[in-house]
Amino acid sequence: MSRVAHATRSSSIGVAVIVAALAVLALAPFWGDRQTLRLLAEIFTFVALASLWNLLAGYAGLVSVGQQAFVGLGGYLLFALAMLLDVHPIAAILIAGPVAAAVAIPVAALIFRLRGAYFAIGTWVVAEVFRLLASQISVLGGGSGISLPAAMVISMAPSRQAREFEIYWLALALTVIVLGAIVALLRSRHGLALTAIRDNEMAAQSSGIDVTRIKFFVYVLTAFGTAMIGALIFLQKLRISPDTAFSVNDWTAFVIFITVIGGIGRIEGPIIGTIIFFMLRQTLADLGSLYLLMMGAVAIVVMLWAPKGLWGLIAERYGWQALPLQRHLVPAAKAEETGRKP
Amino acid sequence: MEWVNVILQGVLIGGLYAMFAAGLSLIFGVMRLVNIAHGDLIVLAAYVALMVTQTLGVDPLTSLLLVTPIMAVIGYALQRGLLNRTLGDDLLPPLLVTFGLSIIIQNGLLELFTADSRKLQVGSIEIETFQLMQGVWVGLLPLIQFLVAVAVIAALQALFYRTALGRAFRATSDDQAVAQLMGLDTRHVFAMAMALSLAVIAIAGVFLAVRSNFDPAIGPARLIFGFEAVIIGGLGNMWGTLAGGVILGVSQAIGAQIDPGWQLLAGHLAFLAILVVRPQGLFPKVSG
Repeated sequence: MSRVAHATRSSSIGVAVIVAALAVLALAPFWGDRQTLRLLAEIFTFVALASLWNLLAGYAGLVSVGQQAFVGLGGYLLFALAMLLDVHPIAAILIAGPVAAAVAIPVAALIFRLRGAYFAIGTWVVAEVFRLLASQISVLGGGSGISLPAAMVISMAPSRQAREFEIYWLALALTVIVLGAIVALLRSRHGLALTAIRDNEMAAQSSGIDVTRIKFFVYVLTAFGTAMIGALIFLQKLRISPDTAFSVNDWTAFVIFITVIGGIGRIEGPIIGTIIFFMLRQTLADLGSLYLLMMGAVAIVVMLWAPKGLWGLIAERYGWQALPLQRHLVPAAKAEETGRKP
Repeated sequence: MEWVNVILQGVLIGGLYAMFAAGLSLIFGVMRLVNIAHGDLIVLAAYVALMVTQTLGVDPLTSLLLVTPIMAVIGYALQRGLLNRTLGDDLLPPLLVTFGLSIIIQNGLLELFTADSRKLQVGSIEIETFQLMQGVWVGLLPLIQFLVAVAVIAALQALFYRTALGRAFRATSDDQAVAQLMGLDTRHVFAMAMALSLAVIAIAGVFLAVRSNFDPAIGPARLIFGFEAVIIGGLGNMWGTLAGGVILGVSQAIGAQIDPGWQLLAGHLAFLAILVVRPQGLFPKVSG
């Protein structure tokens, strides 16, 4: 009998490379200096944010330009829980996820009334509302923001080095969890439905997929992950203000450019995109606003002439996939053959 | 009387928001394109006006004679050279390309003009006011601006329903393929729509610049105001857009009167409230 398989030779190599890379990254505190650890932790958070946006826009077709709403919400939840309710920062990060998901449900019910591009701007309005509300909360610094009290920071770990390690491992672990959850989702029945929606929404609907329900589910799930990453980001920064927490440039423009350049609608895209983004940033950051201008131009060029991004080009040229996601049919004879070999 | 003044101010600024919205509504109607760079183009127009007034020494309202055609040409070129390539069944390319454009314009302006805020001076009409009735005062400039907004909306309406170009717009909007079969060059029709949208943007930009300070970063908020006015008014209805702008302006004015921190929030909440009770907007003509 034929069977459906996910793995290919390239995905087996890909998984091996990823496992090896994770091992090296997990040991980074023993080989890297403080600067390297900070940079890596920042890279992890962008990989996670871009992967979440990719799930939302690339697979579910929900192009949001308002994900900063949930980054900022997560950040503010961390500060509120830690400062007002004395919750341990790591516990606060874990609580931020479900709370944001609960907030996302009524938000989705509201903005799902807008379609297509108007949905995109609707998400932005929501993020603006969150920003304006945050600047009204005077116990959290109002419009000018607030720093996490030193006692709170010290409560995490006694020495500065131990704290740096803790935050680094936390960032790595959270990013692996987010990516793992996305991969697990895409390999599930829902993932098949999502891939179908990505490729042709109308065909997916006529095959009996409840498109709206899946989109709603993905929106809420993305809010969950984005808020946890947001809480983590502001634990790294130790300071929050409405303008940084709900910044459309930092948490949406960059994330969109990363995903588009790397390859939208593919799980590998955001990872490749983040590596390119940080390489460009390390070399061109001195240019200031010109650098952003160039990012915008590169994103336009990629969108017009290589809409599947860099990984899309590679995947089409060589048929590679770094993670076993695509389903393909293994013919009967071959399946039996592989079945016989233990 | 205080509240009458507040609401009147809100109505007058609503005219400006309607001008932000009219260009957005126009191109969405003709080619289903939502231009994320719309607000940044308004700010670009303000800077073009700044350069024109500084080099030629004319006043801002006269500068419109130059700024409007400049912006229209930019719009035509933008559509022919870039945006036409993004149109199709896929939603993502136009959205992301205009988003990239928004970042390019913002940072380009920042590079050229720094982050300092600017303002255009129009001389004495800026401060002239007259009394409408006992205790109710109206500024001359806000009144002119509102009347211009009404004129712009009326002109767009007339153009849409009484001219050959308007017929081409409506035909392309209804069915692009059939419009092409009838001999319309849709690439040109789209470019004309974008040119017209940017001509409206030019007027909006100049009035924005004489009314308040501007800097390269304020574009996105103008996009959001325009967008909210379009949705409140209902898609595809120009006069509805004016009503949407007025509702937004009045909500903001009332919010600001209660607490200065509530000005923008009140506008957004009014928009969200309309979305809850009447998602198709108040006076819809087409469905999204």
